[in-house]
Amino acid sequence: MRLRKEEERYALKLITPSMIVVFGVIIVPIITTLIYSIVNIDPLSSHKGEFAGLSFYIKAVTSRTFREDLGRTLYFTIASTAIETVAGLLVALLLNQKFPGVRFLRSIIIIPWAIPTVVNGSLWKLMLNGEYGVINALLVRFHLISGYQSWLGNPKTAMWCIIIADTWKMTPLAVIFFMAALQGIDSSIYEAARVDGAGAFRSFWAITLPALRPTIMVVVVMRTVEKFKAFDIFYLMTKGGPANSTKTLMYDTYLQAFTNLKYSEAATYAYLIALVVALLTLLYVRLMKREEA
Amino acid sequence: MKKGLIFTLVSCAAAIMLSASAYAEDVTLNALFMKQAGYSEEDVTAMTQAFTESTGIQVNPTFVAYEELAPKILTSASSGGYDVILGDCIWPAQFAKAGLVLDVTDRVEALDVDDIYQGALDATRYEGRYYGMPWLNDVKYMFVNMELLKQAGIEEIPTTWDMLIEDAKAVKEQGICEYPIAACYAQAECLICDYTCIAGAFGGAFVDENNNPTLNSEENVAALDFMASTLSDGLCNPKSLEMIEDDVLSTFAAGNAVFAINWTYQYAAMNDESQSSVAGQGEIIPIPGTDKAASATVNGGMPLMITAGCQHPDEAWEYMEFLASKEMQAEYCANALPIWKSLYTDEGVIEKAGAEVVAASQTQFEFIVNRPMVPYYNELSTSMQSEIQRVLLGELSAQEALDGLQELALELAES
Repeated sequence: MRLRKEEERYALKLITPSMIVVFGVIIVPIITTLIYSIVNIDPLSSHKGEFAGLSFYIKAVTSRTFREDLGRTLYFTIASTAIETVAGLLVALLLNQKFPGVRFLRSIIIIPWAIPTVVNGSLWKLMLNGEYGVINALLVRFHLISGYQSWLGNPKTAMWCIIIADTWKMTPLAVIFFMAALQGIDSSIYEAARVDGAGAFRSFWAITLPALRPTIMVVVVMRTVEKFKAFDIFYLMTKGGPANSTKTLMYDTYLQAFTNLKYSEAATYAYLIALVVALLTLLYVRLMKREEA
Repeated sequence: MKKGLIFTLVSCAAAIMLSASAYAEDVTLNALFMKQAGYSEEDVTAMTQAFTESTGIQVNPTFVAYEELAPKILTSASSGGYDVILGDCIWPAQFAKAGLVLDVTDRVEALDVDDIYQGALDATRYEGRYYGMPWLNDVKYMFVNMELLKQAGIEEIPTTWDMLIEDAKAVKEQGICEYPIAACYAQAECLICDYTCIAGAFGGAFVDENNNPTLNSEENVAALDFMASTLSDGLCNPKSLEMIEDDVLSTFAAGNAVFAINWTYQYAAMNDESQSSVAGQGEIIPIPGTDKAASATVNGGMPLMITAGCQHPDEAWEYMEFLASKEMQAEYCANALPIWKSLYTDEGVIEKAGAEVVAASQTQFEFIVNRPMVPYYNELSTSMQSEIQRVLLGELSAQEALDGLQELALELAES
C-alpha cells in the first residue's frame, strides 16, 4: 500500500513539469481568450472593461465581413485540400512503381515540405511578380500569354496563386502518407487480380483505393484543419489583397488585433475559428469511425 | 574642520558622479526600427554606436519591416519589451489613447521647436500633446525620368496633373514606355499615402479642421476617379495594384516608368548604379497640382516614442534626442532629410542629401497633408485600402466607395 502511494507520488513528480507547461501554454490562453471575447478589453473603446456577453459573437456572425471572410477561407481550404490529396495520391502511385531513378525522386520529393513557409511565400511572391517574375517570363516564352500579368494584383488570380504556392509546399506530406499506406498493400492481391483479368484501372478502383481510404481520411482531416487556420502564406504573399480577395478569417483576426486594436473582436474571431475547426474534426472522426465499423 | 568638511563634500560628489556613471553604464535600452525607407540599418547602427561611446548606455537596436512594427509594438509596449520605438505618424493618436506610449510634451517643448518643421512636429502630436521626438522627416515626391521624357520631345517638367497626363500619353503613344506611371496601389498603407497626395492636389482632405470625416467630398471623389482613369487608360502600370514603395522604385530603376511617386529614399537609390539602370536620368520634383492646389504631398514623418513599460525613460529620451540631434541629422541625411530648418542651408547637408532633393523639399514641405490624426485611423485605413482598390479595379464607382467609407468613418468616430 505504502509502495503504491510512493509510486503515485513519484509519478506526480514526473508529470508535474509537463502539467505546468500544458496549463501555462494551453489552458491559460484558452481561458484568457474566452474572457477577452465576453468582456470588452478594446483599449480604444468607450465601453472598455464592460461585460459584453455574447454581443461580440452576435456582431461577428451577423456581419457581412465575417461571412465573406468565411467564404474565402472555405474556398481556400476545400480547393487546396482537394488538390493536395489528389496530387499527393497520384505522385505516391508514381513513386510506388519501380523505374530507374525512383529512389532519387523519393528522396527529393520531401524538399518543398522542408522549406519554411516564410521562404516558400517569399519565393512564390518573387516568381509571380508582375514586373520581373520568372513565371511570367516562362509563360511569355512558351507563348501562353502575350505579356506580363499581375497575378497577385488581380482578384481573380490572387487566391489561386496562394493555393498553388501552399499546395506545392504541402503535397509531399500527403505523398509520404500515401506511400506508407501503399507499401502496406500485399502485392499478391494485385497478382491475383491480374490472373483474374483485372487491368491497372480496375485494380486501382477495387484494391488500391479501398485500402487507402483510411489514409485519405487522415490526410483530409489533418490538412483541412491546417488550411482553415492558415495565416502566414496570406500575410507573406498578399496581405489580404487585392480588394480583400484573399482576406481570410485568420488574417482578419490578425488585423482586428494588431491593426485595429480590437482585442475582444479578435478573441471572438479566434474562438469562432476554433469552433469551426472542432466541428470539422468531429465530423471527420465520426466518418472515420463509420469506416472502421 | 573646514578641510574635513570640504573633503567629505568632494568625496560625496565624486561618489554620486561615479554611481551615476555606473548607473548609466548599467542601463541597456531596447529599440525598434524600420528596415525600409528613411535611415538605413547601417546609419542607425552607426548613430547608436556613437551614442553608446558618448554616454556608456548600451542600446540593442532591432530592425523589422514596416508591416511588423505595429505588431511588435502592440505586443511589447506595456511590458517594456522595447524602450524606444519608431512609429508612423498615423499611430500616436491610437497609441496615446490606448496608453501605450509616454506623453513627452514637456521634453519636446524644451527643444527649439521653432527650428523644427511643422510636418515633423505634427507626426508626434495628438490633441495638442506630443508623444514622441520628431525624427524621420519625410514626404512623398514625384520622380521623373527626364531621359525618357526627352525622347518624347518633352523638355518641360510637369507642374500639374493635366500636364503629366499629356506627357504620359505622348510617351506611351511613341512607344517609349508602355506604362509611364508606376504607383504603389497595393492593399497597404502606401495606397492611402498616394491617394492623400492626389486628393490633396484636387483640393480634398479626409477630415476637416475638427477631425470630422469628409471622405465623400466632391474633391476626393474627383481624385479617386482620376486615379482609376490612369489605370483604365493604360497610363498607370496595372501591376501597381500589387506594388509597394520598393516595387515602384525597382520599376523606375529598371527604366520601366517615367513618373513615380515615392519617398525621399528613392533619390539615392535611383542614382545608385549598383541597383539602378537609370542612374543620373531621374529628377526629384514636387508632386504636381491642379487649379485647386499647386501641389500636395503626404506627411510621412515618423517619431521616436517611449513605450509605457519603459523602465528608463530618461535614458530613452537621451537616446532619442541624440539620434535627432543636428549633428546626427546632418551626418546621415543622404536617406532622410533633417527635421531642423536651420540645417537646410548647411553646405554639408546640401552636398550629402543632394541639392536637388533639398530644393524640392523646400517647395514640397509647403504642401504637406496629414492623414487623419484620429485613434480609429488604422481601422478606417484598412477599409479604405480595399474599397479604393475595388474602384481602381472598376468593381465600384468612386462615389459609392467613398459614401460607404464616410458612413464607416462616422460610425468609428462615434464608437
